[in-house]
Amino acid sequence: MDSLKITGTSHTPDVDFNAEDCVLSLKGRSTPENSIEFYRPLLEWLDSYGETKPTKKTNLNIRLEYFNTSSSKCILDIFKKVNGLYKNGMDVVINWYYEEEDEDMEEAGEDYSDLLDVPFEIVMMEEE
Amino acid sequence: MIDLYALYQRMHDNNIMLTFKGEVTFDLIDSILKIMEGRLEQLEDDRKTKKKVYNVLVECLQNLCHHIDFSDPGQLDPNDEHEYLRKSAILIIFSDDDAYHVATGNYIENENVSNLNKWLEEINSTTKDELRQLYKRILDNEKFSDKGGGGLGFIDIARKSGQKLKYNFQKINDMYSFFSFQINIPKN
Repeated sequence: MDSLKITGTSHTPDVDFNAEDCVLSLKGRSTPENSIEFYRPLLEWLDSYGETKPTKKTNLNIRLEYFNTSSSKCILDIFKKVNGLYKNGMDVVINWYYEEEDEDMEEAGEDYSDLLDVPFEIVMMEEE
Repeated sequence: MIDLYALYQRMHDNNIMLTFKGEVTFDLIDSILKIMEGRLEQLEDDRKTKKKVYNVLVECLQNLCHHIDFSDPGQLDPNDEHEYLRKSAILIIFSDDDAYHVATGNYIENENVSNLNKWLEEINSTTKDELRQLYKRILDNEKFSDKGGGGLGFIDIARKSGQKLKYNFQKINDMYSFFSFQINIPKN
């Protein structure tokens, strides 16, 4: 199946969902006013991805600098989709990255993790 | 001629970083965020504070455009007073030794005052941990509003700033009140 690639902007993240490597990454900023519109193709892609029954372990990597509350619900929708794949027996992990000392982003990861069953790793990135 | 120097001095003395009055559009919000990001890069060394201010600002600005229709990015009709009131707002960002301050003002319909007032009161009377639980509950349970806002904005502002929300409502006429809002983001 085709990969999904969207180049990031000042208010939308870089999307690189690679079906071959089973590495799905979301990186950058997510502060659009209309986040539903931005995230819809990602959710649709995940539906099709689940139907291909990937045999390799899937990594969903989230490396966000900022996200607004309107994105927060869409991000949860993405996670719930992945949570569904996990419940259907797929091998999958969500990796939530945050910058060292960014407690807000660390807490946000913990909040999501509390709402899901899928393995959820909260990973600190050291300052460069 | 207007006394620009007096105005300049007043803005200088009050450490005003940015101020705007008029119609709020998505493009405008984008520009304000870009300008403020540059200012913060120059003025603020602490990365955490910088991120908090930016985050809070995003929510404050997007709160201002709850009434903007996505399908209608058109120009304001100067003869439509209701439309003008719905989209018009004021924004002031200033700083002092202790904190950054974001203040916004916009018109809201009188019938919505009591719900908003109740919501802000609830947020202000909630502890940090309860606020976190409330955030998670809304995130998980409540349906999206069609614009994706869904009530989390003010909670997020309170959580990120760690401060109480300051606000008041002034009745303007039979239909509208003016809603003033201010949040302080302490410097580290």
